[in-house]
Amino acid sequence: MRDLSLHILDLAENSVRAKAKLVTIGVGVDEKKKITLTIEDDGCGMDAELLQRVMSPFGTTRTTRKVGLGIPLMAQNARLTGGDIDVKSQVGVGTVFTATLYGDSIDCLPLGDLPGTVVSLVTANPEGPDFLLKCSSPKGEMSFDTREVRQALGDVPLNEPEIAAWMLEAIREELEPIFGGVIL
Amino acid sequence: MKSMAELEAIRQRTLQRINLRREDESENIRVVIGMATCGIAAGARPVMMAFMDEINKRSLSHVTVSQTGCIGMCRLEPMVDVYLPGKEKVTYVHMTPEKVGRVVAEHIVNGRPVTEYTIGAAEDK
Ligand SMILES: Nc1ncnc2c1ncn2[C@@H]1O[C@H](COP(=O)(O)OP(=O)(O)OP(=O)(O)O)[C@@H](O)[C@H]1O
Ligand code: FES
Ligand SMILES: [Mg+2]
Repeated sequence: MRDLSLHILDLAENSVRAKAKLVTIGVGVDEKKKITLTIEDDGCGMDAELLQRVMSPFGTTRTTRKVGLGIPLMAQNARLTGGDIDVKSQVGVGTVFTATLYGDSIDCLPLGDLPGTVVSLVTANPEGPDFLLKCSSPKGEMSFDTREVRQALGDVPLNEPEIAAWMLEAIREELEPIFGGVIL
Repeated sequence: MKSMAELEAIRQRTLQRINLRREDESENIRVVIGMATCGIAAGARPVMMAFMDEINKRSLSHVTVSQTGCIGMCRLEPMVDVYLPGKEKVTYVHMTPEKVGRVVAEHIVNGRPVTEYTIGAAEDK
């Protein structure tokens, strides 16, 4: 993956496939440039055995291909910076995926296009789940909740191009003061 | 957040467009993008956003964009299927945002697939 926003997109797609109703995406950067990514969902969850397999590069429930790539790739990129990943999951309750990265490491990927990630998730999954983006840095915090957009739109689906364009702008506007210049 | 009043105006406009589309289902065109891990890693997201942008700019009310998962042909990603009413699906491979403009102009608007970007052309090489 070229940047962290693509990892987030990929991991959030796991939550979509787990039939989540709400996927909360957290991106936090502290004053020491430690980055914490969280993808939290209320999907089907994983039992202990699957969870263990998932943490090894040979774990996947896919049938079209034998190895899952998404989680191992994220783990590798987190560890390259001195960070790591953590997954907590409970069947029938949901999953919390956390990745920690150190932004001052030369191996740390840039954040990338976070608005693009959220909007492509919504476009690709107009019927849901809903997505809640929460970002914070020493400069401040923001959140963007597609439940609010869905409510405002009533019976108009979220994957209409003009709505996608509006969401992109809305998220960009709120992110700029928080991440502008914080992540390389 | 960006003004909700603005969103309301968009809602009104969009509603009209959707109604147009519903009246004539047979004219609807579908664009389906492979968004499994390998598709995302190969650049599927900017391709999807480029389609949305192009469709928005040209106000193509009868075109919808959606995603599919793993197609099992990683080396050809990003892959995009285009479905025109009454026609065989056309599969584009190694898509980029730059290629999207031509696919929209020539295939979606004018009905002529861009043969050189298709899976057939890739496999003849
Ligand atoms: N949020 C989640 N909820 C429930 N199960 C999950 C979740 N995330 C991952 N899994 C399980 O872990 C497996 C491995 O995930 P991973 O992202 O590594 O690979 P994959 O999604 O199977 O394939 P790929 O990401 O390469 O397209 C998944 O197939 C799924 O069974
Ligand atoms: S893993 Fe590449 S197409 Fe599915
Ligand atoms: Mg995955």
